Amino acid sequence: MSESPSTAAEAPATTGQQTVSGSGEPKFRLGLGHSLGLVLALVALLVVGVATSGERFVGLDNIMVILRQAAVIGVVSIGVTFVITAGGIDLSVGSVLGLSTVWASTVATQTMAEDVHWIVLVACALAVGTVCGLVNGFLVAYGGVVSFIATLAMLVAARGLAEIISDRQTQIVSVQGFLDVFRGNLLGVPVLVWVFVIVAVAGWFLLARTTFGRRTIAVGGNPEAARLAGIKVRRHTVWVFGISGLCAGIGAVLMLARTTAGTSTHGYLLELDAIAAVVIGGTLLAGGRGSIVGTVLGVLIFAVLQNLFTQNNLDSSVQAVTRGAIIVLAVILQRRFSSARRT
Amino acid sequence: MADDATATPLLRMTGIVKTFPGARALDGVDLEIRPGEVHCLLGQNGAGKSTLIKVLAGAHQPDEGEIRWEGEPVTIGSTMAALDLGIATMYQELDVVDGLSVAENIFLGHELAAGGVLRRRVSHSRARELLAQLGHSEIRPGREVGTLSAAGKQVVSMARALSRDTRLIVMDEPSAVLDPEEVENLFRVVRTLSAQGVAVVYISHRMDEIRQIGDRITVLKDGRTVATGLDVAETPTPELISLMTGRDVATDFGGASSGPGTEEPALEVTDLAVEGVFDGVSLTVRPGEVVGLAGLVGAGRSEILETIYGARRATSGTVRVHGRTLRRGSVSDAVAAGIGFAPEERKSQGLLLDEPVYRNITLSTFARFARGGLLAESAERRAASEQAEALDLQPPDVGRAVRTLSGGNQQKAMLARWLVHGCDVLLLDEPTRGVDVGARAEIYRLIRRLTESGAALLLVSSEIDEVLGLADRVLVIADGHVVHTGTTADIDEHRVLDLVMEGARA
Repeated sequence: MSESPSTAAEAPATTGQQTVSGSGEPKFRLGLGHSLGLVLALVALLVVGVATSGERFVGLDNIMVILRQAAVIGVVSIGVTFVITAGGIDLSVGSVLGLSTVWASTVATQTMAEDVHWIVLVACALAVGTVCGLVNGFLVAYGGVVSFIATLAMLVAARGLAEIISDRQTQIVSVQGFLDVFRGNLLGVPVLVWVFVIVAVAGWFLLARTTFGRRTIAVGGNPEAARLAGIKVRRHTVWVFGISGLCAGIGAVLMLARTTAGTSTHGYLLELDAIAAVVIGGTLLAGGRGSIVGTVLGVLIFAVLQNLFTQNNLDSSVQAVTRGAIIVLAVILQRRFSSARRT
Repeated sequence: MADDATATPLLRMTGIVKTFPGARALDGVDLEIRPGEVHCLLGQNGAGKSTLIKVLAGAHQPDEGEIRWEGEPVTIGSTMAALDLGIATMYQELDVVDGLSVAENIFLGHELAAGGVLRRRVSHSRARELLAQLGHSEIRPGREVGTLSAAGKQVVSMARALSRDTRLIVMDEPSAVLDPEEVENLFRVVRTLSAQGVAVVYISHRMDEIRQIGDRITVLKDGRTVATGLDVAETPTPELISLMTGRDVATDFGGASSGPGTEEPALEVTDLAVEGVFDGVSLTVRPGEVVGLAGLVGAGRSEILETIYGARRATSGTVRVHGRTLRRGSVSDAVAAGIGFAPEERKSQGLLLDEPVYRNITLSTFARFARGGLLAESAERRAASEQAEALDLQPPDVGRAVRTLSGGNQQKAMLARWLVHGCDVLLLDEPTRGVDVGARAEIYRLIRRLTESGAALLLVSSEIDEVLGLADRVLVIADGHVVHTGTTADIDEHRVLDLVMEGARA
């Protein structure tokens, strides 16, 4: 809630004299209001689902299917939320995820497969993701490359590197310990979903409740003001991209578990889905305001939509058109909110 | 020109009311403009000037009231409608397109074209005429606008207004971005316009400008017209101030400074230089002392402050705070050593406009309130509220977005940031720019309070009387060099100006 300053105040910008309103009337809060809209959209989709596919659409089994679908894109989107809130963009997350799966599965296949502890696999994926993110961060913060270009270069290069390492082969992961842990359930909920939940909660906490999050918002909102207030803007930028890379690495672990294989095509165009989820979640593309809750809702909306289309045997092309329409609608609504604020 | 009181006024607005959700921005404004006069619009920040201008420009529709243009009732339904009537507006943020040429900017939106093909030569020669008419034939029509100074852009903006048979030009604080010299130029242009029968609505906070250029004055307060049609020559300044503020404000600087202690200097700058910008700057500021930097815009004053603060990297020289030498080009080192900086461009350099006031106030200290990286928002709010109360921040609700505050209150929020931080050394760059008369006096009092509590202040201001009134000692800067150092008691405004001019020529 604290992520969302009041919006009730367009008029006093011109009068500056308003003394009465402040405390008494309930203020409309952008973040909450926007999240409310997303929740309603999600409920509407579920209602449509029940209407078309019957009650099993909201049954526990189907919900778990949806959440499992959402897990990979979800953790990646949370990382991207940090970058966008800090005023940047990360186009490389999809390829970085692909590279991480390839690297980790290579480690698993080239050493004596059964001997590799699953921790090594996970550590490898996370390390590859994080390093790629940090490289992005260095290029942006110290190399003076705008984030769009730096991460575009990473997008191309990471995919290429993944192809080189894997020789364009799909590498099956047969580390039994890994599959046992990540394909299993805990308290009736898939471990994949648990990871998504943990990353989401940690991300929300980091952005809304810590000095790191406050710096991220400040750097995105006005980098010059942040710098002149004594915040180390460049160093912070590096860390923010590092987080995005780490999240792509976590996404790679989940992807390895879901598909039991590493391949250079994993995560293809994932960055676009992630950015779409972040933007419809209410995070400003210009930076300075971010909402993890919104991002999670955005991810869920797309996941439910996808499930809805699959259940009804509808063409994925129709789904793509619908997704496009949702993105535009969400951004138009967002603009309406913010233009009202800025008069 | 403007003495023709009996003729039909060019524009007459009566009882204009404009309500926004939650506030009445205009609450009965009357305004009458005669052809060819320079009409000054006065009022504190938040009095409703901006809203009134937007009504005139067709950007806002009034809820009530009547607008007559040359005697005929009109509605100004859109910005196009305003332009068609002959009303042009020059906003503070100049609305020129940097990437286009001067001529292209002048004819933007009504290009001279034949069948969709631009008539380049015709528009260039027409642009040349307009620029000559404004007395600026040295600006070439083909030049890219981005390469012009703020003053040059203003001229382009005026030429654009003239290119459409304009009868009334509204100028919103046109002098705010200009040097004294350029202001003279602006005045010349305004006089030329008014001699040609174009009426000008001139908005400024600077009383001396109004004296020089204005014919009549309208004063707004709290969205109402409190006085209209006052003759500039016959209305003394104190009367205008009390009309604007509703109380009597003496234009003093809060009395004499308590003077510096005899202690060691808090800030010590030795031979500081940035290649190609300024060099050889040495100064000391003791606790409780105010040192002023006087000079023209572009003389290097702001750059000196930024370099001391580490926002620019010095090429040589040292900055010491309480004897400790600061790392060059490191803002965080300067902040850690206890230096605070209130930059000239509050909005672009100082504030997170959409964030609440309290987070702006604690922008340099939130980590200090935090425990192990966890924010303590309620403690932040409390500390911010305390300062807001002490500074009489209006409105006092620190949860509001900073964007919604007036200029003076935004400046108070900037200063509150460094009060919470508890700085020993405070660098103030144009602390009263864009701040109205009432809030200005409060800022002066605040500066006094800071020095009494032992802070060392280094102040830059374009208003020489402000520097001399506030500072104990003054450095006169011209063209990147210190041309004079001394106590303010030994120097007056004219001498400072002489030094500035000599130095700039040398």
